[in-house]
Amino acid sequence: MGCLEKLPYEVIQRNSSFKEAREYVEKNIKEYYEVPPGYKIFDVYIIGVPPIKVGIDGDSVIFPYTKPCHGTFLVRVKEAHDEIKRLRKK
Amino acid sequence: MIEIKDHQKALLVLGCPQVPTQTAAAMYLAYKLKNTGIIPVIAANPAARMLMKYADPEKHYIDELHDLDRMIGDLVERRQNFSLCFVFVHNDSGLSYAASMNIILNGGIVIPVIFGKEIESLKEGINFDCSVISGRAEHNPKPLINAMESGIKWDV
Repeated sequence: MGCLEKLPYEVIQRNSSFKEAREYVEKNIKEYYEVPPGYKIFDVYIIGVPPIKVGIDGDSVIFPYTKPCHGTFLVRVKEAHDEIKRLRKK
Repeated sequence: MIEIKDHQKALLVLGCPQVPTQTAAAMYLAYKLKNTGIIPVIAANPAARMLMKYADPEKHYIDELHDLDRMIGDLVERRQNFSLCFVFVHNDSGLSYAASMNIILNGGIVIPVIFGKEIESLKEGINFDCSVISGRAEHNPKPLINAMESGIKWDV
């Protein structure tokens, strides 16, 4: 549960503040949606300071992943068709 | 002065254990809560959890130690619930956890416990209505212990 390592992810930004990760999505991703803290994407529960922005870019989702010791990572997971559908339905 | 007496248990969410104060302050808070009749429950990453486990090997003060990711999932899925939660904050991640717990606990009282070198900027980063415990404590926990003693109403 809650382990990013199980996903085929790529890191867009590492060890950033949560605000920096949010700003990256706002500036660089055309389509994004606001989700509440605790929103489940794959098997990860997103932690962050609202508003939390999750982006869609082609068949990828881009979301912040926060760990206590390493700050926030902004990650991209490709072929996320089901998660993209769920985000667009919100 | 923060009133906590009406709660049966409290969740203590720990951050990265890189700041030495955290373990001593969390242990002290657990001791004070237990003396007040409130069951302390710890949620932390593996390293922070092991520090707590071996600081209290006979479980005098802490009955439950949980994996932080698993606890977040249990709270979101309503397998666990807490009306009182302390979140230890000494970096940006701590702010994210505090803000998240405020939403996930849905009406529960969340008290950020802010410590380390940068307490003023961290306090400014709290973006929800709450009482805060804070002390400029990095190696020596005493300023944070003092803040807990003076900021919380401990009368049994």
